[in-house]
Amino acid sequence: MKITLNGEPRDVTGRNLADLLEELGQGEARVATAVNEQFVPAGRRATTVLSPGDRVEIVAPRQGG
Amino acid sequence: MPTFYGTEIASRMMLGTAQYPSPKVLADAFRRSGAGVATVSLRREASGGGNAGQQFWSLIQDLDVAILPNTAGCHSVREAVTTAQMARELFDTRWIKLEVIGHADTLQPDPFGLVEAARILTDEGFQVFPYCTEDLVLCDRLLEAGCEVLMPWGAPIGTGLGLNNIYGLRSLRAHFPDVPLVVDAGLGLPSQAAHAMELGYDAVLLNTAVAKAGDPAAMAEAFAGAVAAGAAGHAADPMPPRDMAAPSTPVLGKAFLE
Repeated sequence: MKITLNGEPRDVTGRNLADLLEELGQGEARVATAVNEQFVPAGRRATTVLSPGDRVEIVAPRQGG
Repeated sequence: MPTFYGTEIASRMMLGTAQYPSPKVLADAFRRSGAGVATVSLRREASGGGNAGQQFWSLIQDLDVAILPNTAGCHSVREAVTTAQMARELFDTRWIKLEVIGHADTLQPDPFGLVEAARILTDEGFQVFPYCTEDLVLCDRLLEAGCEVLMPWGAPIGTGLGLNNIYGLRSLRAHFPDVPLVVDAGLGLPSQAAHAMELGYDAVLLNTAVAKAGDPAAMAEAFAGAVAAGAAGHAADPMPPRDMAAPSTPVLGKAFLE
């Protein structure tokens, strides 16, 4: 399934957001997620089904001012 | 010391975590600044599965200060709100430094978007620290939207120009004597931070001035000294300025030598 992951086109097999994070090796990582510009809390990742063309954002802590 | 949303912070310095030459220099700068709050951000992890985010998370945990995530770089209400929601989960805090940028060159806050986003986030239980201008009407609207802290800029982010509108900042302090006020952005020199404190501000938030100094840790300590001096000066009730000279040495009793 083709999605846009952090702004880049990507072919993935995960059917939901939790599976996608596992697939990316970030199942245990400290990250936050959004799908199609909507925040998806960690507790809802497993029930957030992905569709072709979805825009997924995965972000991590970073330096800021 | 300042109290933000019921949490007292043991320092008037708030320090950003970006642009340091190394994590060690960042940690040294925090230690020598005595800062009580660290601003942080959230960004995409580099593709290929890097772990910079996890390493940074460990680093800020070790700083043992309050964490204030920002919505830096957001230009729309929707973007800022979604970023804040992600930040709340990621950093496990209701605090959010709300930035809604209105102009790409000056990084000037978008006052209209800022008020709208502040209202949405307050309704969702966030404790909003708005990065704003010193505009009195805007600040009034932000308070109405539920903000209990105001963070007017001194000058545009990263410029080091100091306090560009002293009248506006002083006016804000006079109109909102009970609201915690923080000068956020634009400071370049310790003397400018001291001036903000002398105006009666509760704290300063800075990043570039420390991180981009030749010796960031030494500059952090210099700012801490200036903030302490300025705050002590304000507390000591400064004399009012006057236009005409007034001799400090008594005139009476001077020898007549002509």
